[in-house]
Amino acid sequence: MSVDSSNGPLAGLRRPFEGPNTMGNTPSFWLGFVAAVAVLAALPILFGYYAAEIGAVFLAYALLGVSLAFIWGYCGILSFGQVAFFGIGGYAFGVVAINVPTLTGATLGLLAAIAVSTCFAAALGYFMFYGGVRDVYVTILTLVVALVLYTFMGQTAGGEWAIGDARLGGFNGMSGVPDLGIGIGSTGLEIGIVGHYYVTLSALVATYLGLRALVNSRFGYAMVATREDESRTEMFGYNTTFIKFAVFTIGGAIAGLSGVLFATQNNYIDPSVFGITAAALPVVWASVGGRTSLLGTVGAALAIQFVDYQLALSGSEWALVIIGSLLVFVVLVMPEGVAPRLRDLVVNYRSSEPTPADAPAGTEEVSD
Amino acid sequence: MATPELLNLGFEFVEIFAFIVLATVGLAVIFGMMGIINLAHGEFILVGAYATSFAVAAGLPLAVAMAVGVVVTAAFGLVLERLIIRRLYGRLLDSMVVTWGISLVMIQLTRIAFGNTAPGVGIPFGQLPVVDGPTYYLVLAVIAVGVLGGLYALFTWTDFGVRARATMQDEETARSMGVDTDRMYMATFAIGSGLAGLAGALYAPVMTVTPEYGTSFLVESFVAVVVGGSSVLLGTILASGFLGTINAAFTNLAGTFMGQVAMLVAAIVAIRLMPDGITGLLSDLREKWGESE
Repeated sequence: MSVDSSNGPLAGLRRPFEGPNTMGNTPSFWLGFVAAVAVLAALPILFGYYAAEIGAVFLAYALLGVSLAFIWGYCGILSFGQVAFFGIGGYAFGVVAINVPTLTGATLGLLAAIAVSTCFAAALGYFMFYGGVRDVYVTILTLVVALVLYTFMGQTAGGEWAIGDARLGGFNGMSGVPDLGIGIGSTGLEIGIVGHYYVTLSALVATYLGLRALVNSRFGYAMVATREDESRTEMFGYNTTFIKFAVFTIGGAIAGLSGVLFATQNNYIDPSVFGITAAALPVVWASVGGRTSLLGTVGAALAIQFVDYQLALSGSEWALVIIGSLLVFVVLVMPEGVAPRLRDLVVNYRSSEPTPADAPAGTEEVSD
Repeated sequence: MATPELLNLGFEFVEIFAFIVLATVGLAVIFGMMGIINLAHGEFILVGAYATSFAVAAGLPLAVAMAVGVVVTAAFGLVLERLIIRRLYGRLLDSMVVTWGISLVMIQLTRIAFGNTAPGVGIPFGQLPVVDGPTYYLVLAVIAVGVLGGLYALFTWTDFGVRARATMQDEETARSMGVDTDRMYMATFAIGSGLAGLAGALYAPVMTVTPEYGTSFLVESFVAVVVGGSSVLLGTILASGFLGTINAAFTNLAGTFMGQVAMLVAAIVAIRLMPDGITGLLSDLREKWGESE
C-alpha cells in the first residue's frame, strides 16, 4: 500500500476496500472510479431509453464476469460452467414469477433464484471439493454440468415440461418472464427499463465493492494463499477445501443474480445460455481483462459485448473471429490480461505518481 | 427381450462405441501425452470433414477423399502447433482458453468461407439385413478397433513411439539422450490432428457437415478422455465402453436425449469417484495389490 493512501479526506471510508489484493489503492483511482460510475449512470440520460435497455444486458454480463474473476483469479478455480448458475438463476426467477403474477412473485422470484443458484453451487462445490476433484478436472466437470443443463433444457419443449404455469419451452425458451419488481401483491415498486438499468448498475457496483472488501480481508488472504500453494496453506492450518467450497458458492450466488437481471431485462431465457459459446464468454472476459482484476474483467465484458453488439448490428459476420483472435492474442502475449499489464506499464512509467490503470480503460470503453 | 431387440441394442452399442472411440483418440493423444487440452478438437474434425466433402465433390473416390481429409487435418495441426500450441506446453488451463479461441475463429471462418453446408457425401455399403441401420456403422467399428491397434503398435513397437513417449515422460532426459524433443511434440500433435481428421472424414457421409459439425463430437470426446484418464489407449477403450453402454441403454429406454443426459451424468459421477480416470483407479489398485503381496 502506498503512503498517500493512508491519509486524505476519505481515507477512513476507503480503507476496507483497499489492500494488496486489488489494484488501485490511491485517491486518484477512486476519483477515476467515481467518474466511471458517473458516466455509466449518465448513459440513459444522455442516450435515452434504448441505451438503458441494451446497457443493462452488458452490465448483467459484467456481473457474471466478476463472479468468475473472483473464483478464478483469486482462488484459482476455473469454472468453465459459470453460466450454469447464471441460467439457473434466470430460469428459477421465471418459474416463480410466472406462477405468481404479482409483485409478490417478482420479489419471491428474486429471492428464490438466488437461493436456488446458491444451493446448486454449494451442492456442486461440495460434491467436487470434498470429493478431491482438482485443477483442470474442476474446469471440465463444471463445463459438463453446463452442457448437461443445455441438453436437458433443450428437450423440454413438450407441454408436460411445465412447472405450474411456466412452460420451459425447450430450445424455444421460456418467454413472458416478468419484469423485476419489489413488493407484496400489487403494492410495491415496479421496475421499468430505466429503473432496471440502475438496479443492475447498483448491483454491479455493490458486488465490486463487496468483493474488494472480501479479497482484502483475512479470508481473502487465505483465498490467495490457496491459489498460490494449496498444500502449504493447508499446512498452516487453513481449511483449503472449505475455502474453495465457500468461494465457489459465493461465485455461484453472484452468477445467479446476474442471470435474474439478464432474464428480467429480456423477459426471456433459453437453453443457449448453457451452451459452449455462452459458457466460454465469461472466461474470455476474465482472460482478456485480467482475471486478477475485477475491474479489468468488468471493462473487458462491457467492451467486448459492446463491440460484439455493434458488429452484429452492422450485419458483420466477423464478431466471433475477432473475439476468438483477441483471446488467443491476449493469452499468448499477456497471460495476465490487459488490466494488470496496463497497471505495470503505468507504474513503471510514472513510479513517483501511481495512477489507476484499470479505471480509465473502463471509462473509455463505455463512453464512446 | 426378443432377439431382434437384443440385436438392435447391440448394434446401437457398437455404433456409439465406435463414435466415441473415433471422436476421442485424437484428443486423447494430445491431452494424455502432451498435456494440451484441445478445445478446438471438434474443429479439427470439421477440417477433416470439409476436406473429405470437397474432395468427393471434386470427383475423387470416397476412400481417397478420406485420406485427403486426414492429410489436410494433420498438416493443419502441424502449422497450428508451430504457430501457437508450442507456446502452451505446461500451461494446461491456458491451452484450454487459447484452443477455445481458435475453435471460435475456425467455426466462424468456415461459415464465412463455405456457407452453412458442405457438399453432401452418400453413405456407402447399403443397409444391414437383420437390424435397422446401415452396414457402414459396422465398418466404422472395425476401423475404430483398427485405429486403436495401430496406435498401440506405433507407440510401443516403433523407434518413433519410444522416442515420443520418452519425450512426454521426461523431456530433459530424452533431450540429453539425443532425442529431438521439439520434433517429437510436433509429430505427436500432427498425429493427434490426423486422427481428428480421420473422425471427420469417416463421419462426413452419415452426418450433415455444417460449421457446427465439430461441436457434436466435442462433448463425447472430452468426457471420454477425462473418464479414461491419462493412459491413452486403455483409457479410451474403457471409457468408450462404459459411456457407450450407458448411452445405448438409456437411448433404448427413454430416447436419444435421455441417453445423452444419462451419459453426461454418469461421467460427472465417474470423475467425482475417480478423479484420475479409470486408468488412474486401475494403477492405484495395482499399487495396493503390490503392497499387500
